[in-house]
Amino acid sequence: MSNHLYAPGHTACSGCGQAMAVRYVLDAAGKNTMVANNTGCLEVFSTKYPESAFEVPFVHSLFENCAAVASGVEAALKYLGKKDSINVIAEAGDGGTADIGLQALSGMLERGHDILYVCYDNEAYMNTGIQRSGLTPFKANTTTSPKGAKSFGNLRYKKPMPEIALAHGIPYMATATVGYPQDLQRKVKKALSIKGPKYIQVHVPCPLGWQHPSNQTFDVAKLAVETGLYPLVEFENGKLIGVRKIKALPVEEYLKVQGRFKHLLGNAEEIKLVQDVANASIAKYNLKIEADTAQPA
Amino acid sequence: MKEFLEGSMAVARTVQLCKPGVISAYPITPQTHIVEELAQMVADGHLNAEFVNVESEHSAASVVLGALAAGVRAYTATSSQGLLLMSEVIFNIAGMRLPLVLTDANRAISAPINIWNDQQDTVSLRDAGWVQLYVENLQETVDFHIMAYKLAEDKNIMLPVMVCMDGFILTHGIESVDMPSQEQVDKFLPPYKALYKLDVDNPMTLGPLADPDYYTEARYAIQETQKKVLEVIPRLTADFARAFGRTYNGLIEEYHTKDAERVIVAMGSVCGSIKDVVDELRSKGKKVGLLKIVSYRPFPAQEIYDALKNVSKVGVVDRAVSLGSFAPLASEIKATFFGKKKKPDTISSFVVGLGGRDITKDSIKEIFRMLTQKEKTGEFIDLKPELLKENYE
Repeated sequence: MSNHLYAPGHTACSGCGQAMAVRYVLDAAGKNTMVANNTGCLEVFSTKYPESAFEVPFVHSLFENCAAVASGVEAALKYLGKKDSINVIAEAGDGGTADIGLQALSGMLERGHDILYVCYDNEAYMNTGIQRSGLTPFKANTTTSPKGAKSFGNLRYKKPMPEIALAHGIPYMATATVGYPQDLQRKVKKALSIKGPKYIQVHVPCPLGWQHPSNQTFDVAKLAVETGLYPLVEFENGKLIGVRKIKALPVEEYLKVQGRFKHLLGNAEEIKLVQDVANASIAKYNLKIEADTAQPA
Repeated sequence: MKEFLEGSMAVARTVQLCKPGVISAYPITPQTHIVEELAQMVADGHLNAEFVNVESEHSAASVVLGALAAGVRAYTATSSQGLLLMSEVIFNIAGMRLPLVLTDANRAISAPINIWNDQQDTVSLRDAGWVQLYVENLQETVDFHIMAYKLAEDKNIMLPVMVCMDGFILTHGIESVDMPSQEQVDKFLPPYKALYKLDVDNPMTLGPLADPDYYTEARYAIQETQKKVLEVIPRLTADFARAFGRTYNGLIEEYHTKDAERVIVAMGSVCGSIKDVVDELRSKGKKVGLLKIVSYRPFPAQEIYDALKNVSKVGVVDRAVSLGSFAPLASEIKATFFGKKKKPDTISSFVVGLGGRDITKDSIKEIFRMLTQKEKTGEFIDLKPELLKENYE
């Protein structure tokens, strides 16, 4: 047995951002934690009977219902008078959160359950073979939003899941990334210190789906943040309490290290459209470090 | 104590006696009175439970799944489209061996949308791994809910139980019911102690992935347990009779079948009407009877065989259709006698009372009359041929 609450020996791909993020989240949450998990990569590579990588109580039911299952677990703990000593975490991928599981998640947030919902966002249905989800980024090449003679990949912007969660009036919402593990763990601890429904969306690179070398996971994750394409924000009671300031590197720095954006390279017009997405986030959250106060990377 | 109660109120009062810790439901006609009443009990402090108002039946079933995974007794009720929306979770709950009790207010399936009674909803989920019990009247409704919890939570069973009560006819019907006392129920139904549950001191993974090396055995185990239920139910009803003074077979009920020449097989509230017709025809010297199926899953094939093997003419009444094939109950009654030496001369099949169309005494008499003719297959009773004419020009 390892010292971690998410043990080695699971069957995730090497360099899997999600597997690392899960370990950070559970280690931050501690052993008095129960997990409800949607169907997806994580459940498949961690719980193949008779083995399990989870060293905390874990329940998997279906693809879209972890928020509702967790609601039932939380209600049961309240009934037993044990809720105050036990964390309940619901976790899912981006498809399980923003698409098929959105209704159950909305219900969980609206009802005010004392649950932390963690979305591991690897930006496509990786478990079934890299199909587009509502959180697939603009222009990404996936198996169902392929590049082609008449297409530059995914036609739509990422669904604004963090804002959707926030609009439920929840006490805590943050975005995070496996690229900055300490920031992620701090946010998990903060979230669990607050009663009520919490939402954290964690950016987790997928070497297979994003087509980058498996030893580049952290670098790719950091580039998403540093280009402004994955803004790290933190809201408490609806108020923005923190952002990660960035140098705002050109998005091409992020795009060029991943095969899923290869078709955009050399096409200034297309890259400009992606840059517009980053610029909008940079302006919205005032992400850019002012020149005179800039810190070395 | 005998009380004059609406069916939904009787269910809610019974569920209250069974003390679930978590209740979750989504409103659908004709289930609503049950969950409204339970919500009021919680609001008034008369029931110590968490009542979780969800955004869909899919989540209602998922919430009670989660509660049971955490080791707490749970309850939900639904009907028709709601049960179908739950269906993915319904299969999952049985596969995870969670002892949920669910009340279904039997109602037709859309399209066309129709809020009235037939049994298409629950019959469509017969293969999900649940025990399905069909009740005839409100006393049975009360008593079988109590037995349902005891059966589901039996350490040797650990399967969910669906109590199927005809929508409106039973949910909104008012009858005199002998309501058990809390002391009686407490004595009969001990607090739920889960065999396996989410526990931070003994972390366990529930709902894992099973590959081809393991999946078959998980399904086989449910199939074997379903057979065990056939042995447990008679012991359960015997225990129930000792505790509450009311006797049931629990698998089937025979009404004047012993010397009968013609027998109708049916499930649910229609059995009350059929009994009236049997009495009437018997008073005129006709040797007719009723075989009521209480446990549709597991299917009590041996008991059915024993009850019908010497009957000459059998008519099976289905309040559901398997569109494109034989009527569901009829095909299983026929399968029961396949290859047997002793068997009825004819087993006719009738589709009756879909979408709330009344099954009158005359409809039932017509069925008994048709049993004297050659074997019928999926004969629709009380069909209106004038509604079937369509001009496409």
